[in-house]
Amino acid sequence: MSGSVVDNTVSSGNSSVAIPTDISGQILDIDEDDDLEVFSKDTTLSDGSSLNASMQTSSASMINQYKFEEEEEDADTKDIFVTVDNPESHVTAIETYITYRVETKTTRSEFDSSEFEVRRRYQDFLWLKGRLEEAHPTLIVHPLPEKFVMKGMVERFNEDFIETRRSALHKFLNKIAEHPIFSSSEDFKIFLTAGSGELTSHKKQGPGFLSRMGETVKAVAAAVRGVRGRPQEFTDMQEYAEAFSQKISSIDKVTQRIVREQKEYLEELKECGPTYALWSQSEEELAEPLKNVAGCVDKCCKETEEQVKHLNDHLIPVLHEYVLCADTLKAVLRRRDNIQADFEVKTEALATKKADRDADSKVLSLAWDSLVGRSPEEVKQQKQQKLKGEIKEMRDELDKVEDRLEWANNALKSDWTRWQKGMRTDLRSAFNDTAERNVSYYEKCLAVWESFLQSQRTDAEGNGNVDFS
Amino acid sequence: KQDASPPPRVPCKPMPTKNNLLDSRQTKEKRSFCMVEKGTSLLKKMEISVAEAEKRTGKNAVNMQETYTVYLIETRPVDAASEGTNPVPDSLWRRYSEFELLRNYLLVTYPFLVVPPLPEKRAEFVWHKLSADNMDPDFVERRRVGLENFLLRVASHPDLSSDKIFYSFLTEENGWKETVFETGFQAKADSRLKALNATFRVKNPDKRFAEMKHYGDELQSVISQLLRVRARAADRLYGVYKVHGNYGRVFSEWSAIEKEMGDGLQSAGHHMDAYAASVDDILEEEEHYADQLKEYLFYADALRAVCRKHELTQYELEMAAQDLTSKKQQREELATGTIRTFSLKGVTSKLFGQETPEQREAKLKMLETQIEEGEELVKERNAECEEFVKSAWVDIERFKEQKDHDLREALISYAIMQISMCKKGIQVWNNAKECFSKM
Repeated sequence: MSGSVVDNTVSSGNSSVAIPTDISGQILDIDEDDDLEVFSKDTTLSDGSSLNASMQTSSASMINQYKFEEEEEDADTKDIFVTVDNPESHVTAIETYITYRVETKTTRSEFDSSEFEVRRRYQDFLWLKGRLEEAHPTLIVHPLPEKFVMKGMVERFNEDFIETRRSALHKFLNKIAEHPIFSSSEDFKIFLTAGSGELTSHKKQGPGFLSRMGETVKAVAAAVRGVRGRPQEFTDMQEYAEAFSQKISSIDKVTQRIVREQKEYLEELKECGPTYALWSQSEEELAEPLKNVAGCVDKCCKETEEQVKHLNDHLIPVLHEYVLCADTLKAVLRRRDNIQADFEVKTEALATKKADRDADSKVLSLAWDSLVGRSPEEVKQQKQQKLKGEIKEMRDELDKVEDRLEWANNALKSDWTRWQKGMRTDLRSAFNDTAERNVSYYEKCLAVWESFLQSQRTDAEGNGNVDFS
Repeated sequence: KQDASPPPRVPCKPMPTKNNLLDSRQTKEKRSFCMVEKGTSLLKKMEISVAEAEKRTGKNAVNMQETYTVYLIETRPVDAASEGTNPVPDSLWRRYSEFELLRNYLLVTYPFLVVPPLPEKRAEFVWHKLSADNMDPDFVERRRVGLENFLLRVASHPDLSSDKIFYSFLTEENGWKETVFETGFQAKADSRLKALNATFRVKNPDKRFAEMKHYGDELQSVISQLLRVRARAADRLYGVYKVHGNYGRVFSEWSAIEKEMGDGLQSAGHHMDAYAASVDDILEEEEHYADQLKEYLFYADALRAVCRKHELTQYELEMAAQDLTSKKQQREELATGTIRTFSLKGVTSKLFGQETPEQREAKLKMLETQIEEGEELVKERNAECEEFVKSAWVDIERFKEQKDHDLREALISYAIMQISMCKKGIQVWNNAKECFSKM
């Protein structure tokens, strides 16, 4: 559905390393940077100066990296502020596209300066998202707005579309900036700070096409085979993701329907006021109350219009984001499964090899070897050596994958909790705002009609017309 | 058998004790329906209501089975109620067609009065939830209220209230129809209809009536438009509220998979259901407002009929006067021998020779008689016209005052309805907000 979710079954681009390169950079940073809230309060890493990119660190300490503390994202501890605004249209011979201004204000020391301003286009955001997903296949990246226009829109660059997209891009970057792992990403930093030329050349780096292809083939094979021994907790997450996806989609649809019905109601209501006004022209005594009613109806129309706009501009985009999030959740779980499938495949292969080794030496084909003129003992030795070597390789490989799996699982578990918290906050706030807006809508309409009543009362007292007895 | 509580929501019901809607709000102002101040003798004697409706089946005029609704008219002497004894009221059943008969009789008998209208025969300006079926219980109930309103309007009219046929409509179940037909109004009814629909040019209508007719047309047009627009808006509003009910369902399902958010979602969902359900009452109240507008839509028709009747009487006067003038002219020509006006007789007599003096004598004599009769007729017609204009204008003024008062009350009641709707909305969404904040 969404063009922006990069379902990257390519396991972490640097397959030879258990730790993605991003984190390694950060591990070094911890010494210089007391900004430990961003990571964990665990001090075991504080002497990480001797660490380098090639991992001898056990998975256990890596796990600590993903303990996201509860109080992390207080406003006071926020040290990076990102804004997306000021869309501008660019016309070239080949295409027309929009760029957005991305402004960053930060006190983080890994940034060369405290303020940055760059211009980025949608493609650039897409690239950033892809990079983050590649580096952290089992972390949840906030969705980007859709790549293509939604049905019903005539022109790709109409004002509302651009504003909706800008707002979503703003949210995307802020979610990245709030994320303990993502916000330290080198790609993120470059995205925020690099000039367009620098960005282009940086984009060209990264794992080559062919190696990515190779990874994909392996990944597809693993995916086809499927995961066998999935832990219950991940199955639970899968079920949750499915259910959540359904529910949030329903709510999205219901809300869109409400907006449609409101708009149609508004169309009809708009004709009421003028009708009362028309009537007032034929009347004498009634002219004033009729004109008054016409005015009241018109005011209520205005309020209704505002209310619909609020729904459209605030609730619907949030719901839409979380519809996309639901897909992200499923993708993340899939990728985790693939890593586990890979692990299971390799485990099986190793077991098979070991079985080979322990197999009866009689199985060795003596016939061929005697033909070749080697003694059975020699052959046996050679074969045993070969197997031993292969087994060691596979063992090493398996260890790496096991680490990766454990890493991925823990990363996912932590990020899942984090995501749920964020989801709860976002949706609670969105629904709360909507309810508040609705209350305000009714309060304003109430005031309109009460003032009408007031005017009729004073009118009656003023005229001698009505008989009070 | 009479309801202890006052009958619901009859527009401007002229019961002495009933206060108008503005009172029920907060103020101590007492605004009464101006009719009651003058107080007809009929209403001083009896209380009238249409208490119930029932379905009946029977054989109709062509001997086919039909189902129809009858309405129970209850009358009670006024002093009995004030004494507190509360005796059983007199009552009889009437169907809609009998009400129509009564009204037609009144229209014919009092052409100079703006006769109160009946509630609509078929449901018009319907929006989708409302049924257009005459047998629908909501329609029947609204018709019951409308019929009661009709009777009270007639009973509070200074002239109509003393009509004998009206009285027997209220009190004599059997033989009433025959009594009506005996008055011979049917013949007049047919000629009336014909005349109202005929096209004729009046040279000198009373300007006020011409203006009133024009006003009646405008009123009819604008109220129709308002009713149409309102019905469409009601339809849409219904949709908006009902779709919120889906939130209730989905929130409930969603709450099942959430831990901390579950309770908040679940209770918010209930409020969404309540919101969706609230629209039924809201729109039912608005239907009463629509009924008030409809009454004046039909009143506009009655007003128009009076103006047309004036045109007719004026026209007949003009015709009689015209006829008289031409007869006088003929006499003059005959007397002086000059032919000033073209007449076939004149031409033929020119062509075929003059008449004998005896013939002329005879003709002159005839003309004289005709002129005498014609003058009488003109005098009559003139008196008729004047009489009509006088009485009709009094009633039109009375009608104008009533209309201004009633419609103002209707607008106020509309505002009150809107306020009530807003208050409900505020409550529901405040409740929902509280639930959301607990998510």
